[in-house]
Amino acid sequence: MPIHEKSLIRPENLRTHEKLTIDGVDVSGHWSTFIESRVITDYNEALEAEIAALPGGENIHRCWQCGSCTNSCTVNAIEPRFNPRYWIYLIRMGLESELLRDKDIIWQCVSCHKCTYACPRDVVPEGVMKATAHWLEMKGHTATSPSMHFDREFTEQVVARGRIEDVEVLRGFFKRTRQPLMQDWLVEIAWRIAKRLPVKWGLKSAFSLLRKPRTRGWAKARRAIEDYIHAQEEEHEKALHIGKPQSRPRAANENAPVSRPSAAE
Amino acid sequence: MSEKANKTKKYDTVGYYPGCALEGSGNGYDVSTRAVAKELGLRLKDVQNWNCCGAMEVKNVDPKLQTYLSARVLSNAVHLDRMNVVMAPCNGCYHNLKKAEYDLKHDAQSREVVGELSRKAGHKAYEAGQAETIHALDWIKEAIGEEGLRERTKGKLAGLKVANYYGCMYVRPRHIFPEKDQGPGSESTSKPHFMDDLLAAAGAENVEFPLKTACCGGAHTLSDSDTSTRLVLNILQAAEAAGADVIATECPTCHTGLEMHQVRAEKRFGKKTSVKIMYFTQLLGLALGIGPRRLGIHTNISESMDLVIDKCLT
Repeated sequence: MPIHEKSLIRPENLRTHEKLTIDGVDVSGHWSTFIESRVITDYNEALEAEIAALPGGENIHRCWQCGSCTNSCTVNAIEPRFNPRYWIYLIRMGLESELLRDKDIIWQCVSCHKCTYACPRDVVPEGVMKATAHWLEMKGHTATSPSMHFDREFTEQVVARGRIEDVEVLRGFFKRTRQPLMQDWLVEIAWRIAKRLPVKWGLKSAFSLLRKPRTRGWAKARRAIEDYIHAQEEEHEKALHIGKPQSRPRAANENAPVSRPSAAE
Repeated sequence: MSEKANKTKKYDTVGYYPGCALEGSGNGYDVSTRAVAKELGLRLKDVQNWNCCGAMEVKNVDPKLQTYLSARVLSNAVHLDRMNVVMAPCNGCYHNLKKAEYDLKHDAQSREVVGELSRKAGHKAYEAGQAETIHALDWIKEAIGEEGLRERTKGKLAGLKVANYYGCMYVRPRHIFPEKDQGPGSESTSKPHFMDDLLAAAGAENVEFPLKTACCGGAHTLSDSDTSTRLVLNILQAAEAAGADVIATECPTCHTGLEMHQVRAEKRFGKKTSVKIMYFTQLLGLALGIGPRRLGIHTNISESMDLVIDKCLT
Protein backbone atom coordinates (compact mmCIF):
# COMPACT_ATOMS: atom_id res chain seq x y z
CA MET A 1 0.00 0.00 0.00
CA PRO A 2 1.45 3.38 -0.97
CA ILE A 3 2.35 5.39 2.08
CA HIS A 4 -0.05 8.22 1.27
CA GLU A 5 -2.97 5.80 1.36
CA LYS A 6 -2.09 4.46 4.79
CA SER A 7 -4.15 7.23 6.34
CA LEU A 8 -7.23 5.42 5.04
CA ILE A 9 -6.67 2.47 7.37
CA ARG A 10 -6.20 4.44 10.55
CA PRO A 11 -8.55 3.12 13.28
CA GLU A 12 -10.83 6.15 13.04
CA ASN A 13 -11.46 5.44 9.35
CA LEU A 14 -12.36 1.79 9.87
CA ARG A 15 -15.87 0.47 10.54
CA THR A 16 -16.51 -2.98 11.93
CA HIS A 17 -20.05 -4.06 12.85
CA GLU A 18 -20.98 -6.67 15.43
CA LYS A 19 -24.15 -7.58 13.58
CA LEU A 20 -25.00 -6.21 10.19
CA THR A 21 -26.81 -7.67 7.22
CA ILE A 22 -27.04 -5.78 3.93
CA ASP A 23 -29.33 -7.10 1.19
CA GLY A 24 -29.39 -10.45 2.89
CA VAL A 25 -25.60 -10.73 3.12
CA ASP A 26 -24.10 -10.97 6.59
CA VAL A 27 -21.22 -8.48 6.84
CA SER A 28 -20.68 -8.71 10.60
CA GLY A 29 -17.33 -8.98 12.35
CA HIS A 30 -13.70 -8.38 11.55
CA TRP A 31 -13.78 -10.11 8.15
CA SER A 32 -16.04 -7.41 6.83
CA THR A 33 -14.22 -4.28 7.94
CA PHE A 34 -15.27 -1.23 5.96
CA ILE A 35 -13.11 1.73 5.11
CA GLU A 36 -14.95 4.99 5.60
CA SER A 37 -15.20 6.74 2.27
CA ARG A 38 -13.44 10.05 2.23
CA VAL A 39 -13.40 13.02 -0.08
CA ILE A 40 -10.65 15.53 0.46
CA THR A 41 -11.88 19.07 0.21
CA ASP A 42 -9.42 20.92 2.41
CA TYR A 43 -6.45 21.14 0.07
CA ASN A 44 -4.14 24.04 0.81
CA GLU A 45 -3.05 24.88 -2.69
CA ALA A 46 -0.60 27.53 -1.43
CA LEU A 47 1.31 25.16 0.83
CA GLU A 48 4.14 24.21 -1.51
CA ALA A 49 4.74 27.78 -2.63
CA GLU A 50 4.82 28.98 0.98
CA ILE A 51 7.35 26.37 2.07
CA ALA A 52 9.40 27.12 -1.05
CA ALA A 53 9.46 30.80 -0.09
CA LEU A 54 11.26 30.04 3.18
CA PRO A 55 15.04 29.43 3.32
CA GLY A 56 15.82 25.77 2.65
CA GLY A 57 12.53 24.98 0.94
CA GLU A 58 13.45 26.37 -2.49
CA ASN A 59 13.99 23.04 -4.25
CA ILE A 60 10.98 21.11 -2.97
CA HIS A 61 9.37 21.05 -6.44
CA ARG A 62 12.17 18.82 -7.74
CA CYS A 63 11.21 15.81 -5.60
CA TRP A 64 10.21 12.69 -7.48
CA GLN A 65 9.44 10.63 -4.36
CA CYS A 66 12.24 8.07 -4.60
CA GLY A 67 12.52 7.89 -0.81
CA SER A 68 16.32 8.11 -0.61
CA CYS A 69 15.95 10.80 2.07
CA THR A 70 13.81 8.69 4.40
CA ASN A 71 15.91 5.64 3.66
CA SER A 72 19.10 7.40 4.76
CA CYS A 73 17.55 9.42 7.59
CA THR A 74 19.21 9.33 11.03
CA VAL A 75 16.05 10.27 12.91
CA ASN A 76 13.81 7.89 10.94
CA ALA A 77 15.93 5.01 12.21
CA ILE A 78 14.87 5.73 15.78
CA GLU A 79 11.47 7.35 15.13
CA PRO A 80 9.65 5.72 12.18
CA ARG A 81 7.09 8.53 12.05
CA PHE A 82 9.88 10.90 10.99
CA ASN A 83 9.43 10.59 7.24
CA PRO A 84 10.80 13.39 5.01
CA ARG A 85 9.59 11.84 1.76
CA TYR A 86 6.04 11.57 3.05
CA TRP A 87 6.01 15.16 4.31
CA ILE A 88 7.37 16.44 1.01
CA TYR A 89 4.55 14.53 -0.72
CA LEU A 90 1.93 16.02 1.57
CA ILE A 91 3.27 19.54 1.10
CA ARG A 92 3.32 19.21 -2.66
CA MET A 93 -0.23 17.82 -2.65
CA GLY A 94 -1.43 20.56 -0.30
CA LEU A 95 -2.55 18.02 2.31
CA GLU A 96 -2.08 20.35 5.24
CA SER A 97 -4.28 18.50 7.72
CA GLU A 98 -2.28 15.30 7.21
CA LEU A 99 1.00 17.20 7.63
CA LEU A 100 -0.26 18.72 10.88
CA ARG A 101 -0.60 15.27 12.42
CA ASP A 102 3.20 15.17 12.57
CA LYS A 103 3.78 18.83 13.38
CA ASP A 104 5.42 18.18 16.74
CA ILE A 105 8.29 16.04 15.44
CA ILE A 106 9.34 17.80 12.21
CA TRP A 107 11.76 20.07 14.10
CA GLN A 108 13.72 17.01 15.25
CA CYS A 109 15.84 16.84 12.06
CA VAL A 110 19.46 16.68 13.28
CA SER A 111 20.98 18.19 10.09
CA CYS A 112 23.31 15.24 9.48
CA HIS A 113 22.95 15.90 5.71
CA LYS A 114 22.58 12.21 4.86
CA CYS A 115 19.41 13.01 2.90
CA THR A 116 21.06 15.81 0.95
CA TYR A 117 23.96 13.45 0.24
CA ALA A 118 21.60 10.74 -1.02
CA CYS A 119 19.08 12.86 -2.92
CA PRO A 120 19.39 12.41 -6.70
CA ARG A 121 17.39 15.56 -7.41
CA ASP A 122 19.12 18.12 -5.19
CA VAL A 123 15.95 18.74 -3.20
CA VAL A 124 17.98 19.41 -0.03
CA PRO A 125 15.44 17.64 2.19
CA GLU A 126 17.24 18.88 5.30
CA GLY A 127 16.47 22.44 4.19
CA VAL A 128 12.85 21.49 3.53
CA MET A 129 12.57 20.14 7.09
CA LYS A 130 13.85 23.44 8.50
CA ALA A 131 11.57 25.47 6.21
CA THR A 132 8.60 23.33 7.26
CA ALA A 133 9.41 23.73 10.95
CA HIS A 134 9.59 27.51 10.39
CA TRP A 135 6.31 27.47 8.52
CA LEU A 136 4.59 25.57 11.34
CA GLU A 137 5.82 28.08 13.90
CA MET A 138 5.07 31.17 11.80
CA LYS A 139 1.52 29.96 11.12
CA GLY A 140 0.97 29.33 14.82
CA HIS A 141 0.58 25.56 14.49
CA THR A 142 3.42 24.86 16.91
CA ALA A 143 5.09 26.67 19.75
CA THR A 144 8.75 27.59 19.31
CA SER A 145 10.61 24.28 19.30
CA PRO A 146 13.49 23.64 21.71
CA SER A 147 15.79 23.56 18.69
CA MET A 148 14.60 26.98 17.50
CA HIS A 149 15.06 28.37 21.01
CA PHE A 150 18.63 27.17 20.88
CA ASP A 151 19.24 28.52 17.37
CA ARG A 152 17.91 31.95 18.35
CA GLU A 153 19.86 32.12 21.60
CA PHE A 154 23.00 31.26 19.68
CA THR A 155 22.33 33.60 16.76
CA GLU A 156 21.51 36.53 19.00
CA GLN A 157 24.84 36.16 20.77
CA VAL A 158 26.68 36.01 17.44
CA VAL A 159 24.84 39.07 16.13
CA ALA A 160 25.49 40.98 19.35
CA ARG A 161 29.18 40.26 19.77
CA GLY A 162 30.48 38.30 16.78
CA ARG A 163 31.29 35.29 18.94
CA ILE A 164 29.60 32.98 21.38
CA GLU A 165 30.61 31.63 24.74
CA ASP A 166 29.63 28.00 25.45
CA VAL A 167 28.41 28.38 29.03
CA GLU A 168 26.51 31.54 28.17
CA VAL A 169 24.63 29.73 25.36
CA LEU A 170 23.87 26.83 27.70
CA ARG A 171 22.52 29.13 30.38
CA GLY A 172 20.52 31.20 27.92
CA PHE A 173 18.96 28.09 26.39
CA PHE A 174 17.94 26.58 29.73
CA LYS A 175 16.45 29.90 30.76
CA ARG A 176 14.43 30.19 27.53
CA THR A 177 13.10 26.67 27.80
CA ARG A 178 12.55 26.98 31.56
CA GLN A 179 14.61 23.94 32.42
CA PRO A 180 16.66 23.61 35.57
CA LEU A 181 20.42 23.81 35.07
CA MET A 182 20.98 21.35 37.91
CA GLN A 183 20.28 18.13 36.00
CA ASP A 184 21.97 15.00 37.31
CA TRP A 185 24.05 14.40 34.18
CA LEU A 186 25.14 18.01 33.81
CA VAL A 187 26.14 18.09 37.47
CA GLU A 188 28.18 14.92 36.94
CA ILE A 189 29.93 16.49 33.93
CA ALA A 190 30.62 19.74 35.77
CA TRP A 191 32.04 17.70 38.66
CA ARG A 192 34.31 15.71 36.36
CA ILE A 193 35.61 18.91 34.79
CA ALA A 194 36.05 20.67 38.10
CA LYS A 195 37.97 17.73 39.60
CA ARG A 196 40.99 18.24 37.38
CA LEU A 197 40.35 21.67 35.99
CA PRO A 198 43.64 23.15 34.90
CA VAL A 199 44.11 26.51 36.58
CA LYS A 200 44.84 28.24 33.29
CA TRP A 201 41.69 26.98 31.59
CA GLY A 202 39.61 27.68 34.70
CA LEU A 203 40.79 31.26 34.84
CA LYS A 204 40.24 31.67 31.12
CA SER A 205 36.69 30.32 31.36
CA ALA A 206 35.84 32.49 34.35
CA PHE A 207 37.28 35.49 32.55
CA SER A 208 35.32 34.82 29.38
CA LEU A 209 32.10 34.63 31.39
CA LEU A 210 32.82 38.00 32.93
CA ARG A 211 34.03 39.63 29.76
CA LYS A 212 32.37 37.68 27.02
CA PRO A 213 34.48 36.96 23.94
CA ARG A 214 33.80 39.46 21.20
CA THR A 215 34.98 40.51 17.77
CA ARG A 216 36.52 43.98 17.71
CA GLY A 217 34.80 46.69 15.69
CA TRP A 218 31.66 44.57 15.35
CA ALA A 219 29.08 47.37 15.72
CA LYS A 220 28.77 48.08 11.99
CA ALA A 221 28.46 44.41 11.10
CA ARG A 222 25.86 44.02 13.82
CA ARG A 223 23.71 46.83 12.48
CA ALA A 224 23.97 45.52 8.92
CA ILE A 225 22.98 42.01 10.06
CA GLU A 226 20.03 43.26 12.12
CA ASP A 227 18.70 45.22 9.15
CA TYR A 228 19.15 42.20 6.93
CA ILE A 229 17.34 39.83 9.31
CA HIS A 230 14.52 42.33 9.71
CA ALA A 231 14.08 42.66 5.93
CA GLN A 232 14.13 38.87 5.51
CA GLU A 233 11.49 38.40 8.18
CA GLU A 234 9.19 40.91 6.51
CA GLU A 235 9.63 39.14 3.20
CA HIS A 236 8.81 35.75 4.73
CA GLU A 237 5.73 37.08 6.47
CA LYS A 238 4.55 38.56 3.20
CA ALA A 239 5.11 35.25 1.39
CA LEU A 240 3.09 33.43 4.05
CA HIS A 241 0.33 36.06 3.99
CA ILE A 242 0.79 36.80 7.66
CA GLY A 243 -0.55 40.17 8.72
CA LYS A 244 1.93 42.67 10.09
CA PRO A 245 2.61 41.80 13.70
CA GLN A 246 3.14 44.45 16.34
CA SER A 247 6.16 46.58 15.51
CA ARG A 248 9.36 45.09 16.76
CA PRO A 249 11.81 47.40 18.41
CA ARG A 250 15.35 47.07 17.19
CA ALA A 251 17.66 45.39 19.68
CA ALA A 252 18.68 48.20 21.98
CA ASN A 253 21.16 46.21 23.98
CA GLU A 254 23.10 42.98 23.70
CA ASN A 255 20.43 40.86 25.29
CA ALA A 256 17.43 42.08 23.36
CA PRO A 257 16.16 39.54 20.84
CA VAL A 258 16.83 40.15 17.18
CA SER A 259 14.38 37.62 15.86
CA ARG A 260 10.63 37.56 15.90
CA PRO A 261 9.29 36.54 19.31
CA SER A 262 6.73 33.79 18.91
CA ALA A 263 3.43 33.35 20.63
CA ALA A 264 4.94 30.83 23.02
CA GLU A 265 7.69 33.05 24.29
CA MET B 1 57.18 14.24 -6.93
CA SER B 2 57.93 17.94 -7.39
CA GLU B 3 54.23 18.72 -7.25
CA LYS B 4 54.00 16.76 -4.03
CA ALA B 5 56.92 18.72 -2.59
CA ASN B 6 55.26 22.02 -3.48
CA LYS B 7 52.00 21.01 -1.93
CA THR B 8 53.77 19.95 1.24
CA LYS B 9 55.52 23.29 1.54
CA LYS B 10 52.28 25.16 0.98
CA TYR B 11 50.92 23.93 4.31
CA ASP B 12 54.01 24.71 6.40
CA THR B 13 52.44 28.00 7.43
CA VAL B 14 48.66 28.17 7.44
CA GLY B 15 46.03 30.60 8.67
CA TYR B 16 44.53 29.09 11.81
CA TYR B 17 40.84 29.51 12.57
CA PRO B 18 40.13 27.89 15.96
CA GLY B 19 36.51 29.07 16.22
CA CYS B 20 34.38 29.51 19.34
CA ALA B 21 34.26 25.86 20.44
CA LEU B 22 38.04 25.51 20.59
CA GLU B 23 38.20 28.60 22.77
CA GLY B 24 35.69 27.02 25.17
CA SER B 25 34.58 23.42 25.61
CA GLY B 26 36.92 22.16 22.90
CA ASN B 27 40.01 23.59 24.58
CA GLY B 28 41.77 20.21 24.53
CA TYR B 29 41.59 20.19 20.73
CA ASP B 30 43.08 23.67 20.52
CA VAL B 31 46.02 23.06 22.86
CA SER B 32 46.82 19.69 21.31
CA THR B 33 46.67 21.11 17.77
CA ARG B 34 49.05 23.91 18.72
CA ALA B 35 51.38 21.53 20.57
CA VAL B 36 51.50 19.12 17.62
CA ALA B 37 52.16 22.01 15.19
CA LYS B 38 55.07 23.19 17.33
CA GLU B 39 56.52 19.71 17.60
CA LEU B 40 56.25 19.15 13.84
CA GLY B 41 57.73 22.56 13.00
CA LEU B 42 54.53 23.81 11.34
CA ARG B 43 53.45 27.39 11.81
CA LEU B 44 49.89 28.38 12.74
CA LYS B 45 49.03 32.00 12.13
CA ASP B 46 45.79 32.85 13.95
CA VAL B 47 43.24 34.60 11.76
CA GLN B 48 42.98 38.13 13.12
CA ASN B 49 39.86 39.31 14.91
CA TRP B 50 37.77 36.40 13.71
CA ASN B 51 34.06 35.89 14.34
CA CYS B 52 31.81 32.86 14.72
CA CYS B 53 31.24 30.98 11.44
CA GLY B 54 27.57 30.48 12.27
CA ALA B 55 28.00 26.90 13.51
CA MET B 56 24.91 24.72 13.05
CA GLU B 57 22.52 27.30 14.44
CA VAL B 58 22.66 30.52 12.42
CA LYS B 59 21.68 28.78 9.18
CA ASN B 60 18.38 27.81 10.79
CA VAL B 61 17.67 31.49 11.34
CA ASP B 62 19.03 32.48 7.92
CA PRO B 63 21.39 30.43 5.70
CA LYS B 64 22.81 33.44 3.86
CA LEU B 65 23.67 35.16 7.11
CA GLN B 66 25.76 32.09 7.88
CA THR B 67 27.45 32.44 4.50
CA TYR B 68 28.31 36.04 5.35
CA LEU B 69 29.74 35.14 8.77
CA SER B 70 31.97 32.46 7.23
CA ALA B 71 32.96 34.74 4.37
CA ARG B 72 34.05 37.43 6.84
CA VAL B 73 36.47 34.97 8.45
CA LEU B 74 37.93 34.14 5.04
CA SER B 75 38.08 37.84 4.17
CA ASN B 76 40.13 38.54 7.31
CA ALA B 77 42.48 35.68 6.51
CA VAL B 78 43.03 36.94 2.97
CA HIS B 79 43.08 40.70 3.50
CA LEU B 80 44.43 41.12 7.04
CA ASP B 81 46.73 38.11 7.30
CA ARG B 82 47.64 37.66 3.61
CA MET B 83 47.05 33.93 3.94
CA ASN B 84 45.75 31.78 1.11
CA VAL B 85 45.24 28.65 3.21
CA VAL B 86 42.91 28.57 6.21
CA MET B 87 43.03 25.53 8.48
CA ALA B 88 39.96 24.90 10.64
CA PRO B 89 40.17 21.91 13.03
CA CYS B 90 36.48 22.12 13.96
CA ASN B 91 34.20 20.22 11.60
CA GLY B 92 31.49 22.85 11.92
CA CYS B 93 33.84 25.71 11.02
CA TYR B 94 35.47 23.67 8.24
CA HIS B 95 32.07 22.74 6.81
CA ASN B 96 30.79 26.31 6.91
CA LEU B 97 33.86 27.85 5.28
CA LYS B 98 33.64 25.19 2.56
CA LYS B 99 29.94 25.84 2.11
CA ALA B 100 30.54 29.60 1.87
CA GLU B 101 33.20 28.93 -0.77
CA TYR B 102 30.77 26.78 -2.75
CA ASP B 103 27.84 29.19 -2.47
CA LEU B 104 29.93 32.21 -3.39
CA LYS B 105 31.17 30.38 -6.45
CA HIS B 106 27.81 29.09 -7.63
CA ASP B 107 25.06 31.31 -6.28
CA ALA B 108 24.61 34.94 -7.35
CA GLN B 109 22.22 35.70 -4.49
CA SER B 110 24.79 34.61 -1.92
CA ARG B 111 27.39 36.84 -3.57
CA GLU B 112 24.95 39.73 -3.43
CA VAL B 113 24.13 39.28 0.28
CA VAL B 114 27.79 38.81 1.26
CA GLY B 115 28.83 41.83 -0.85
CA GLU B 116 26.16 44.04 0.67
CA LEU B 117 26.78 43.00 4.30
CA SER B 118 30.57 43.27 3.87
CA ARG B 119 30.24 46.77 2.44
CA LYS B 120 27.99 47.91 5.29
CA ALA B 121 30.28 46.28 7.86
CA GLY B 122 33.23 48.09 6.32
CA HIS B 123 35.49 45.31 5.08
CA LYS B 124 36.42 43.79 1.76
CA ALA B 125 34.08 41.04 0.59
CA TYR B 126 35.63 37.62 0.27
CA GLU B 127 35.51 36.25 -3.26
CA ALA B 128 35.49 32.56 -4.14
CA GLY B 129 38.94 31.20 -4.94
CA GLN B 130 40.95 33.65 -2.82
CA ALA B 131 41.71 31.09 -0.13
CA GLU B 132 41.71 27.34 0.32
CA THR B 133 39.99 25.92 3.39
CA ILE B 134 41.46 22.73 4.84
CA HIS B 135 40.79 20.55 7.86
CA ALA B 136 43.43 19.68 10.48
CA LEU B 137 43.49 16.19 8.92
CA ASP B 138 44.34 17.55 5.45
CA TRP B 139 46.96 19.78 7.03
CA ILE B 140 48.97 17.05 8.79
CA LYS B 141 48.39 14.54 5.99
CA GLU B 142 49.77 16.94 3.38
CA ALA B 143 52.41 18.83 5.36
CA ILE B 144 53.96 15.81 7.16
CA GLY B 145 52.38 12.75 5.59
CA GLU B 146 52.31 9.19 6.80
CA GLU B 147 55.95 8.56 6.02
CA GLY B 148 57.00 11.62 8.01
CA LEU B 149 54.87 10.55 10.96
CA ARG B 150 56.21 7.00 10.83
CA GLU B 151 59.75 8.33 11.14
CA ARG B 152 58.97 10.74 13.96
CA THR B 153 56.70 8.52 16.08
CA LYS B 154 58.47 5.17 15.70
CA GLY B 155 55.20 3.31 16.17
CA LYS B 156 54.62 4.72 19.65
CA LEU B 157 50.89 3.96 19.61
CA ALA B 158 51.45 0.23 19.07
CA GLY B 159 48.89 -1.86 20.94
CA LEU B 160 46.30 0.90 21.04
CA LYS B 161 42.99 0.01 19.39
CA VAL B 162 41.29 3.02 17.86
CA ALA B 163 37.84 3.58 16.36
CA ASN B 164 38.03 6.61 14.08
CA TYR B 165 34.93 8.77 14.22
CA TYR B 166 34.56 11.52 11.60
CA GLY B 167 30.93 12.60 12.04
CA CYS B 168 28.74 14.39 9.51
CA MET B 169 30.20 17.79 8.71
CA TYR B 170 33.56 16.53 7.45
CA VAL B 171 32.01 14.60 4.54
CA ARG B 172 28.46 15.76 3.87
CA PRO B 173 27.03 16.99 1.63
CA ARG B 174 29.50 15.86 -1.01
CA HIS B 175 29.18 18.83 -3.37
CA ILE B 176 30.85 21.33 -1.04
CA PHE B 177 34.03 19.21 -0.96
CA PRO B 178 35.13 19.14 -4.62
CA GLU B 179 38.58 17.77 -3.72
CA LYS B 180 37.16 14.66 -2.07
CA ASP B 181 36.28 11.43 -3.90
CA GLN B 182 38.96 12.12 -6.54
CA GLY B 183 40.47 8.66 -6.59
CA PRO B 184 43.61 7.30 -4.90
CA GLY B 185 45.19 9.66 -2.39
CA SER B 186 42.09 11.81 -1.98
CA GLU B 187 39.68 11.65 0.93
CA SER B 188 36.51 9.58 0.59
CA THR B 189 33.15 10.96 1.63
CA SER B 190 31.60 7.53 2.16
CA LYS B 191 34.56 5.84 3.85
CA PRO B 192 36.87 8.59 5.08
CA HIS B 193 40.36 7.38 5.97
CA PHE B 194 42.71 10.32 6.61
CA MET B 195 42.51 9.93 10.39
CA ASP B 196 42.91 6.15 10.07
CA ASP B 197 46.00 6.71 7.90
CA LEU B 198 47.65 9.16 10.30
CA LEU B 199 47.02 7.11 13.43
CA ALA B 200 48.10 3.89 11.70
CA ALA B 201 51.34 5.65 10.74
CA ALA B 202 51.82 6.40 14.45
CA GLY B 203 51.46 2.69 15.20
CA ALA B 204 47.83 2.46 16.31
CA GLU B 205 45.59 -0.40 15.29
CA ASN B 206 42.41 0.86 13.62
CA VAL B 207 39.47 -1.38 14.39
CA GLU B 208 36.76 -2.09 11.82
CA PHE B 209 34.27 0.61 12.77
CA PRO B 210 31.13 0.91 10.66
CA LEU B 211 29.81 4.15 12.23
CA LYS B 212 32.61 6.48 11.09
CA THR B 213 30.21 8.98 9.58
CA ALA B 214 27.13 8.26 11.70
CA CYS B 215 25.47 11.25 13.35
CA CYS B 216 25.95 11.97 17.08
CA GLY B 217 22.94 14.29 17.18
CA GLY B 218 25.26 17.20 17.94
CA ALA B 219 22.83 19.78 16.55
CA HIS B 220 20.30 18.84 19.22
CA THR B 221 22.64 17.84 22.00
CA LEU B 222 20.66 19.97 24.47
CA SER B 223 17.40 20.66 22.64
CA ASP B 224 16.54 17.00 21.99
CA SER B 225 18.79 15.22 24.46
CA ASP B 226 17.07 11.84 24.38
CA THR B 227 17.61 11.54 20.62
CA SER B 228 21.25 12.58 21.01
CA THR B 229 21.82 10.11 23.82
CA ARG B 230 20.41 7.26 21.73
CA LEU B 231 22.54 8.19 18.73
CA VAL B 232 25.69 8.56 20.83
CA LEU B 233 25.07 5.33 22.72
CA ASN B 234 24.83 3.53 19.39
CA ILE B 235 28.26 4.90 18.41
CA LEU B 236 29.86 4.08 21.77
CA GLN B 237 28.47 0.54 21.83
CA ALA B 238 29.55 -0.10 18.23
CA ALA B 239 33.08 1.07 19.08
CA GLU B 240 33.20 -1.21 22.13
CA ALA B 241 31.85 -4.13 20.11
CA ALA B 242 34.62 -3.51 17.58
CA GLY B 243 37.13 -3.81 20.42
CA ALA B 244 38.27 -0.18 20.54
CA ASP B 245 40.07 1.28 23.59
CA VAL B 246 39.45 4.79 22.40
CA ILE B 247 37.36 6.70 19.89
CA ALA B 248 39.47 9.25 18.00
CA THR B 249 37.60 12.45 17.17
CA GLU B 250 38.29 15.42 14.93
CA CYS B 251 35.39 17.70 15.83
CA PRO B 252 34.73 19.49 19.13
CA THR B 253 30.95 19.10 18.83
CA CYS B 254 31.18 15.35 18.25
CA HIS B 255 33.82 15.00 20.96
CA THR B 256 31.82 16.90 23.58
CA GLY B 257 28.62 15.18 22.45
CA LEU B 258 30.12 11.72 22.85
CA GLU B 259 31.52 12.60 26.26
CA MET B 260 28.41 14.31 27.60
CA HIS B 261 25.98 11.68 26.38
CA GLN B 262 28.20 8.87 27.62
CA VAL B 263 27.53 10.29 31.08
CA ARG B 264 23.87 10.92 30.28
CA ALA B 265 23.33 7.39 28.91
CA GLU B 266 24.57 6.01 32.21
CA LYS B 267 22.59 8.42 34.38
CA ARG B 268 19.31 8.34 32.48
CA PHE B 269 19.22 5.02 30.61
CA GLY B 270 21.44 2.98 32.92
CA LYS B 271 23.73 2.07 30.00
CA LYS B 272 27.37 2.24 30.96
CA THR B 273 30.13 2.33 28.37
CA SER B 274 33.78 2.71 29.22
CA VAL B 275 35.42 3.42 25.85
CA LYS B 276 37.55 6.60 26.06
CA ILE B 277 37.23 9.56 23.74
CA MET B 278 40.24 11.57 22.58
CA TYR B 279 40.99 14.10 19.86
CA PHE B 280 43.20 12.65 17.14
CA THR B 281 45.65 15.49 17.80
CA GLN B 282 45.93 14.30 21.41
CA LEU B 283 46.78 10.80 20.19
CA LEU B 284 49.28 12.12 17.64
CA GLY B 285 50.80 14.34 20.34
CA LEU B 286 51.32 11.34 22.60
CA ALA B 287 52.91 9.49 19.68
CA LEU B 288 55.28 12.43 19.19
CA GLY B 289 56.30 12.24 22.85
CA ILE B 290 54.43 15.33 24.06
CA GLY B 291 53.28 15.14 27.69
CA PRO B 292 49.54 14.37 28.19
CA ARG B 293 48.90 17.50 30.25
CA ARG B 294 50.29 19.69 27.50
CA LEU B 295 47.77 18.02 25.20
CA GLY B 296 44.87 18.73 27.54
CA ILE B 297 44.12 15.02 27.96
CA HIS B 298 43.42 15.48 31.67
CA THR B 299 40.51 17.81 30.76
CA ASN B 300 38.63 15.13 28.79
CA ILE B 301 35.37 14.25 30.51
CA SER B 302 35.75 10.58 29.55
CA GLU B 303 38.75 10.42 31.92
CA SER B 304 41.05 9.28 29.15
CA MET B 305 44.08 9.91 31.35
CA ASP B 306 43.50 6.42 32.81
CA LEU B 307 44.01 4.91 29.37
CA VAL B 308 47.21 6.87 28.80
CA ILE B 309 48.63 5.49 32.04
CA ASP B 310 47.30 1.97 31.38
CA LYS B 311 48.88 1.80 27.96
CA CYS B 312 52.09 3.54 29.07
CA LEU B 313 51.66 6.21 26.40
CA THR B 314 53.50 8.92 28.31
